[in-house]
Amino acid sequence: MTPPLMSDEKIRKARTHVNQNEALIFERSMPGKRGVALPQCDVPEVPPESVFDQKALRAAIDDFPEVSEVDVVRHFTRLSTWNYAIDLGMYPLGSCTMKYNPKINEVVARYEGFAQSHPYLPEVLCQGNLKIQHMLGECLKEITGMDALSLQPAAGAQGELTGILIIRAYLQSRGNPRKKILIPDSAHGTNPSSAAIAGYQVENIKSGEQGCVDVSALRDAVTEDVAALMLTNPNTLGVYERDLLAIVDILHSKGGLVYMDGANMNALLGVARPGDNGVDVMHLNLHKTFSTPHGGGGPGAGPVAVKSHLEPFLPHPTVEMDASGTYSYNFKRPLSVGRVRSFYGNFGMLVRALAYILTNGPGGLKQTSEDAVLNANYIRSQLKGIYDLPFDQPSLHEVVFSDHLQNKYGVTTMEIAKRLMDYGFHPPTVYFPLIVHGALMIEPTESESLEELDLFVEAMKAIAEESATNPDLVKKAPHNTRVHKLDEVAAARNPVLRWKPKKT
Amino acid sequence: MTKNPEDCMYTKEHEWIRVNGKTGTVGITHYAQKQLGDIVFVELPKVGDHFDTNESFGTVESVKAVSEIYCPVAGDVTEINEAVVNSPELLNSDPHGDAWLIEIKIQNPPDLEELMSAEAYDEYIHDEAAE
Repeated sequence: MTPPLMSDEKIRKARTHVNQNEALIFERSMPGKRGVALPQCDVPEVPPESVFDQKALRAAIDDFPEVSEVDVVRHFTRLSTWNYAIDLGMYPLGSCTMKYNPKINEVVARYEGFAQSHPYLPEVLCQGNLKIQHMLGECLKEITGMDALSLQPAAGAQGELTGILIIRAYLQSRGNPRKKILIPDSAHGTNPSSAAIAGYQVENIKSGEQGCVDVSALRDAVTEDVAALMLTNPNTLGVYERDLLAIVDILHSKGGLVYMDGANMNALLGVARPGDNGVDVMHLNLHKTFSTPHGGGGPGAGPVAVKSHLEPFLPHPTVEMDASGTYSYNFKRPLSVGRVRSFYGNFGMLVRALAYILTNGPGGLKQTSEDAVLNANYIRSQLKGIYDLPFDQPSLHEVVFSDHLQNKYGVTTMEIAKRLMDYGFHPPTVYFPLIVHGALMIEPTESESLEELDLFVEAMKAIAEESATNPDLVKKAPHNTRVHKLDEVAAARNPVLRWKPKKT
Repeated sequence: MTKNPEDCMYTKEHEWIRVNGKTGTVGITHYAQKQLGDIVFVELPKVGDHFDTNESFGTVESVKAVSEIYCPVAGDVTEINEAVVNSPELLNSDPHGDAWLIEIKIQNPPDLEELMSAEAYDEYIHDEAAE
């Protein structure tokens, strides 16, 4: 009879394959290895220094990796298998809206006419591309209730900056650009930086007990010096700013404008239109709400939409259609804030976003918002009592817990997040929004099925249980990942940003 | 819990100021560094910069978050602590001592009356922690 395996005895792997611990491409280098063998040169060789000016010559690069084609292919293919992606599982990174990127978007964006057209093509030869931009613009105007827009900004933060520059240009045209931008303390960090880069002082507005803007504090803060309020709605707690109409009135009564950070627009599609509620300017994140890839998967796109009084200040060119149905770029915009991005923005993302909108249609888009809200509230109700809910009220597309109940076992948010990796999930957003101590910000999006949500809930419940019964297990996590707990402090204090050859 | 030194005045944003005649040294409290966790980066202003009361004069970055530091009272920066820029971990080990951040020339001494005593601050953080 064989003795039973002792519980603390490790089952040893036969042998770890090299792909379990891939070296850097530099470390794989072997002198003389190469990927291609070029034929003999059929013209006389000329030393570069004999034909080029000294300024144009570059010194040889030391220690450039010398590897074969198969080395390169295997290296990057192995690394790609280490990745975590939305195509592998739930990615509940709150505020980031990591929704599934439908494959039909990719098919359409790869059509030769879209993918291969050169940005310098004359308008007459790329009417289809212009039509895509125009049509997407019309859809986004309908969705937001705004009057005009630019598809140029490369991502959300650039959309914010563009929006604030538009506000500044508008106020300047009326004689006074004003001094301050008000920003709630629950805002995305990009809001204050956009305002500062546009030359404004930033003033924080404290959130009220419900996590929403405190209207009386706002009323006190709004003076003739205030250019605008930047408001994220729904806010970063996932809560709709129920006093939006009053907030808009307070700003407008003093001649200020309302900028809406539309990063969370995925909760509102087909349900509420910011333009109907008096918002003057907003941006959208096509890579969040409209399913284009992000987080390493592709560039963003942050269209900025305005009401008609701000239309003259939009970046140029804008896409226009004449009575005959011909599309053109309009560069003649004397009041424009100018170009904010080369060419016409990240065009491939515009194609994908339009594909998503047309695939879903109006009813489908509304359902994506409803499903996103339902999913977040399902997680809220399942984990309530197991994790602390600092703002215990129904939310929209995301839910914010804290580590308060686990703190008594010495377990913190960061440790819970890392333990979640052992269960095969990407961790949620942590320590944001800043108004929640030890925040765990979970956004499931509409992409997750009930089965997947239940797996996530089960993992979170198991971690809460482990925190009480075996806190060390959680504190030392992750255990099942390729590398274990990393020394983040050492990494931040002494970052090693690139490979350097070993001095011999 | 480390006691908050009684020779300092405190803000609700967890800064302290230790007044010495017309100048004062400013830092962040023990409670603040504890909330932030391991501090990895500190950004300070230049000597000669002017800050109003509650105006942000720099940032402290930990592995969790970036936080602004606010000036307890208005004044001009007369000295900055390079040591803490080079060794941010000082803020974790000695926030009320070696890890002072800046020295300011106090513009309007009566402003100091708006700040909390060590005792009042103890109570304030006790309430905040209980929330």
